[in-house]
Amino acid sequence: MTEEIVWRIAGGSGDGIDSTSQNFAKALMRSGLDVFTHRHYPSRIRGGHTYVEVRAGPDDVASRGDGYNFLLALGDSFARNPQEDAYYGNEEAKPLAENLDELREGGVIVYDEGLIDPEEIPDFEERVEENDWNVYPLDLRGMAREKGREVMRNTAGVGATAALLDYDLEHVEDLMEDAMSGEVLEANLEILEAAYQQVKEMEFSHDLRMPTGDHDEEQVLLSGSNAIAFGALDEGCRFISGYPMTPWTEVFTLMSKYLPEMGGVSEQVEDEIAAAALALGASHAGVKAMSGSSGGGFALMSEPLGLAEMTETPVVLIEAMRAGPSTGMPTKPEQSDLEHVLYTSQGDSSRVVFAPGNVMEAYEQTREAFRIAYEYQLPAIVLYDQKLSGELRNVDESFFDREPNPDLGETLTEEELAEAAHHASGKFQRFQHDPDNDKGVSPRSIPGQKGGKFLATGNEHTPEGHISEDPDNRVAQLERRLGKLDTIRDDLDEQEGSHQSYHGPEDADYGILTFGSQQGTVEEAVDRLNEAGHSVKSLGVSGVMPLAEAEITEFLESVDEALVVEMTASAQFRGLVQKEIGRFGPKMNSLLKYNGNPFEPHEIVEGFETIIEGSEPAPTTRFVPAAGD
Amino acid sequence: MSAFNAIGEDREVERDEYTPGIEPQATWCPGCGDFGVLKALKGAMADLGKDPEEILLVTGIGCSGKLSSYFDSYGFHTIHGRALPIARAAKLANPELEVIAAGGDGDGYGIGGNHFMHTARENHDFTYIVFNNEIFGLTKGQTSPTSPKGHKSKTQPHGSAKSPIRPLTTALTAGATYAARTAAVNPNQAQEILVEAIEHDGFSHIDFLTQCPTWNKDAKQYVPYVDVQQSDDYDFDVSDRREAADMMQKTEEALYEGEVLTGRFYHEADRPSYGQEKRELGEMPDEPLAERYHDDDYEWERSYDLLDPHK
Ligand SMILES: Cc1ncc(C[n+]2csc(CCOP(=O)(O)OP(=O)(O)O)c2C)c(N)n1
Ligand code: SF4
Repeated sequence: MTEEIVWRIAGGSGDGIDSTSQNFAKALMRSGLDVFTHRHYPSRIRGGHTYVEVRAGPDDVASRGDGYNFLLALGDSFARNPQEDAYYGNEEAKPLAENLDELREGGVIVYDEGLIDPEEIPDFEERVEENDWNVYPLDLRGMAREKGREVMRNTAGVGATAALLDYDLEHVEDLMEDAMSGEVLEANLEILEAAYQQVKEMEFSHDLRMPTGDHDEEQVLLSGSNAIAFGALDEGCRFISGYPMTPWTEVFTLMSKYLPEMGGVSEQVEDEIAAAALALGASHAGVKAMSGSSGGGFALMSEPLGLAEMTETPVVLIEAMRAGPSTGMPTKPEQSDLEHVLYTSQGDSSRVVFAPGNVMEAYEQTREAFRIAYEYQLPAIVLYDQKLSGELRNVDESFFDREPNPDLGETLTEEELAEAAHHASGKFQRFQHDPDNDKGVSPRSIPGQKGGKFLATGNEHTPEGHISEDPDNRVAQLERRLGKLDTIRDDLDEQEGSHQSYHGPEDADYGILTFGSQQGTVEEAVDRLNEAGHSVKSLGVSGVMPLAEAEITEFLESVDEALVVEMTASAQFRGLVQKEIGRFGPKMNSLLKYNGNPFEPHEIVEGFETIIEGSEPAPTTRFVPAAGD
Repeated sequence: MSAFNAIGEDREVERDEYTPGIEPQATWCPGCGDFGVLKALKGAMADLGKDPEEILLVTGIGCSGKLSSYFDSYGFHTIHGRALPIARAAKLANPELEVIAAGGDGDGYGIGGNHFMHTARENHDFTYIVFNNEIFGLTKGQTSPTSPKGHKSKTQPHGSAKSPIRPLTTALTAGATYAARTAAVNPNQAQEILVEAIEHDGFSHIDFLTQCPTWNKDAKQYVPYVDVQQSDDYDFDVSDRREAADMMQKTEEALYEGEVLTGRFYHEADRPSYGQEKRELGEMPDEPLAERYHDDDYEWERSYDLLDPHK
């Protein structure tokens, strides 16, 4: 029996690759399989080579895996540009030609012979033979045209896939009935059926079959961006302001879709400085608010971020990393904004940063970011990347069955304000250090409340908000603001399990340390390394500020040597651990990747074997070269 | 019951209620025009009977930004140039708050120029006061966007080659529905204009001429002003865009010729404010968003209810 299918659908951007793969993934999920998708796209709106992989198996799938075993190559319809001056060159065959490197031995290829001529690929035949690939040319475009429109060749491809993998067509039909209606549905169903039947009558040379699985409960298919939006909504966020920038735009558009329906407000504004400033304004006026961006846009938010720290205004900012510096590679993931997010803005800073490792953590830690921001009155940042933003994964529906939390944190009622400490000027002592409150949090009032007026200012200020450069006041206020981070560290330590992810045998000799979106890939590599006789465990860190010191210390103490895996060129995460904890410098080696693609498990396996086991003494950094492109 | 009891309570308010009961750090120079703005603002708020605690005064950075230290209400003294976006969101979050934004000419027309244009375009319902002293005050006298051409300062020792910005025309073309110019030398007119601007349902821009005796001794702000509505020489319809534009052009040229024309230049009463437009589109709730967090009976929707399309 086939253990897993990794189905890759390739075509031109704008050819419906995304929606087709999403629907197919959903059909697989509904039929009981665990699924995970990986999206690859160029920085171009239409045309240009793109693909999505759907990995499906009977058990938990937490990464894209290594390579793939089924290619559906649709042909790039946008390569045929009618305006000759804007001709892109003949790229129709790219969806076939560009995808061969990662196709596993014995894999299946279905290509659209209506659009692709394999003779344009000089070594195609040889490679097919060498790799024992099973090739099925089908006139997908012809089938689509016959019963509907050319764009529906996706559906023909899915019908062919089902027939070739012995997958029950009903799952796909059900999904189409949910997603479409009328003539479009009719045409798609006919095309699906026709392709299925036509392929069923052919002779097969391959032995791949769709695996089967079973879920105990209803599943939902969500992306990292979805999870962030849902987390924010459940934590009572009803205001978002933003400016589009890939890949942050996904969270922004999702929130703009949900918020008006849920009685909230979404604002697309003139730039990212304004976006962050609006979020502060809304929060100051008593609403749970967020903003966000990607690298360059987040750079613009640096001043409002500092203002939030100084005025102790709660706010959540989302940072979706892509490869930088500057505009970098807009559609490619990297984790190299870590230091930017930790240290941007002037002064000694009091902010919290979470770096979720998967879809579930993205939900959980967005909620945590809001909880912490409002409970402790400071900015909290959710740092993720282009990889996590678009990958889909099935999650138990019950995971989301939780109480909403619209709590604004320590705000006083008017009755309480009447009793609260006021300055001789009549102002409420908003920024007072209350010795009984060991959190360092001073309760706030909301504009419009009686007895609560105060001045929030980005200048250093006295407890009631008067601008002050008095040295004693400065020390007291600054230490109170910074001191909150220690309390937050303790608070997070108490929230068991949801912040760091351990994997592998506890007594392993070696450790792999990572943060953010590389978690699932690292865990898969750890399994493989242990199967191959190594002794390895991993720790995926999501609490990067305050750094999860206790867990990291315990982890690093328990291993002989560790490999730090991250998508940066300058080992930023390892640098953070070294800066914050110090003494593990000699134990840590780096495995870095910064070519625009996330790690694949085999790269970590190979990296581990060469760095940890192969060389003496271990080099500190290694670059894993690109696989494929 | 509202969670914000200070809001909407009609009562007599003494102007002293807006004076902080503490001698604020005296950071404005003797003779500074900013005192005139403060005086007019207190007078206007007292005329309107606004409780200090229903007012949110959002200021930028500069001498002008210190207004929120001298005026006693809820305040947010923000960062250079960014008072407007913060004020916008506060108003959207709680439309019942009386929001005032204020800052200098460098703050509002320079670093915050982009926000000025967009806030006017969106017609947010609040009043924006720009202290126009034709100079950077707080950073010690550099050329500002309103300094006249040829103005010499330490950063332009040979004189500025730039023409000054035209704040009123800019506000009008961007979409402001109320635009006026007044001067600190005439607090009575200023107060009247502030009252009208605050009552106006939409974005009100006030170019407030303030003298800076410390850095800008030759500014025209000392010259006696002419109120264009009072003067027989200037008869125009304040609700007519073209006539307003014409008058604005006159004042913007006259200012640098040694004559100061002030008054209301444009007042478009019937255009719905941004908040109203958003509510009509279903993009904003009818009741203040901020109230909801204090309403124990409000049923918070959950993302769980949105999961269907993902199954
Ligand atoms: C981002 C940023 N740039 C520069 C400054 C320094 N700065 C403070 S006030 C100011 C100019 C103030 O001029 P204006 O806005 O005309 O106000 P005035 O002091 O004249 O009232 C500048 C440049 C700052 N605080 N922040
Ligand atoms: S420097 Fe000019 S603007 Fe600033 S307080 Fe002094 S006089 Fe007023």
